[in-house]
Amino acid sequence: MKKIAHTGISVGTVTAITCTFLMGTAQAGFWSGLLNDPGQTQRRASAPLVLTAASTAYHDGNFLGPVESAYYGRVQVKANIKGGHLISVNVVQFPHDRPNSRRINHRALPMLQREVIKAQSTRVDIVSGATLTSRAYLRSLTSALGQASP
Amino acid sequence: MHRETRLLMGMPITVAIVDDAPDALTGEVFAYFSAVDQRFSLYRDDSEITALNAGRITLAQASPDMREVLALADKTKRQTHGYFDIRRADDTLDPSGIVKGWAVRNAAAFMAAGGARHYFVDAGGDIQTSGKNADGADWVIGIRNPFNDQQIIKALALQGRAMATSGTYARGQHIYNPHQLGRPIDDIVSLSVIAADVLEADRFATAAFAMGLDGIGFVEAMPDLEGYVVDAQGIATQTSGFGAYVVS
Repeated sequence: MKKIAHTGISVGTVTAITCTFLMGTAQAGFWSGLLNDPGQTQRRASAPLVLTAASTAYHDGNFLGPVESAYYGRVQVKANIKGGHLISVNVVQFPHDRPNSRRINHRALPMLQREVIKAQSTRVDIVSGATLTSRAYLRSLTSALGQASP
Repeated sequence: MHRETRLLMGMPITVAIVDDAPDALTGEVFAYFSAVDQRFSLYRDDSEITALNAGRITLAQASPDMREVLALADKTKRQTHGYFDIRRADDTLDPSGIVKGWAVRNAAAFMAAGGARHYFVDAGGDIQTSGKNADGADWVIGIRNPFNDQQIIKALALQGRAMATSGTYARGQHIYNPHQLGRPIDDIVSLSVIAADVLEADRFATAAFAMGLDGIGFVEAMPDLEGYVVDAQGIATQTSGFGAYVVS
């Protein structure tokens, strides 16, 4: 399977625009390389596909997408094609959405309540979360794959 | 209820009004965000911040908005004991950690002045609510699962307060602490702050996220702030007063 899905999923009354990357085994490698992702197995392919990059074989090689502005920084990806398939995506440039960072020293903290995160089914009006760069990512990757298309 | 989302400043911005406010109000709010982008975007050659960074204008020549934002940045630097700093290694200024919350706060005030009482403004997860939703109930805000965009992991009723979430869409070897090059930022992926207004929530979410694993302790130590952080292992830590806002 080799698709790039741009999906709209209803969460309560909120429609969240998300990017789901379905690349067979390449997907697992890509995501696990970026973060330890306990939610990974919950990414589903059942959502409607709005954007499909290509269903035919790509040209082999590495294809650099354009630099896309994500306001907080620039995003640029490189699509790596082998045997006609997208096998990995390198993020060449990626912003930190909070760039003004310095470390502080570790210090004694009060004991704060901890929990394993768990999906909630409550209807919500608004969602807060960090997906600022996903559209820029998708634009850069889509363009990179366009170069790789026959 | 009139609800509209546009992609501005590189992020989705949603404005919702429950009561009968003037039709033009929503459009004026979006026009305001466009103007903010025009002034503060680091990725526009013609923005004021670019002109300031390039030395084409001096601080004395800068607009009142620019001077206000830079003063807020200075204030935040002091309040975070110097750990929040908009001055980059190349000596240019990057106020984006302040601008979003500042713009949402101003947009919300603009809506209130325009007659709206029940509304919210959401710019990339920086949320200011007012009054009640279309059902006459409290606005309920979800914190998105940083590992799965299709899920929320907390539902909150803010009771007139505001929230901002700082995080990264994806983390890993490509993201570094600019002050300690070569060393990855601590493994937190999402940090939400509840504060009296959205500017406060945004600037302290900014500062706390940059502190990595120590950030939630900073939020705990600050009066009038509550926070919820998720680390790369999917473990959340919350401040001692956060539970008062939790619906589920």
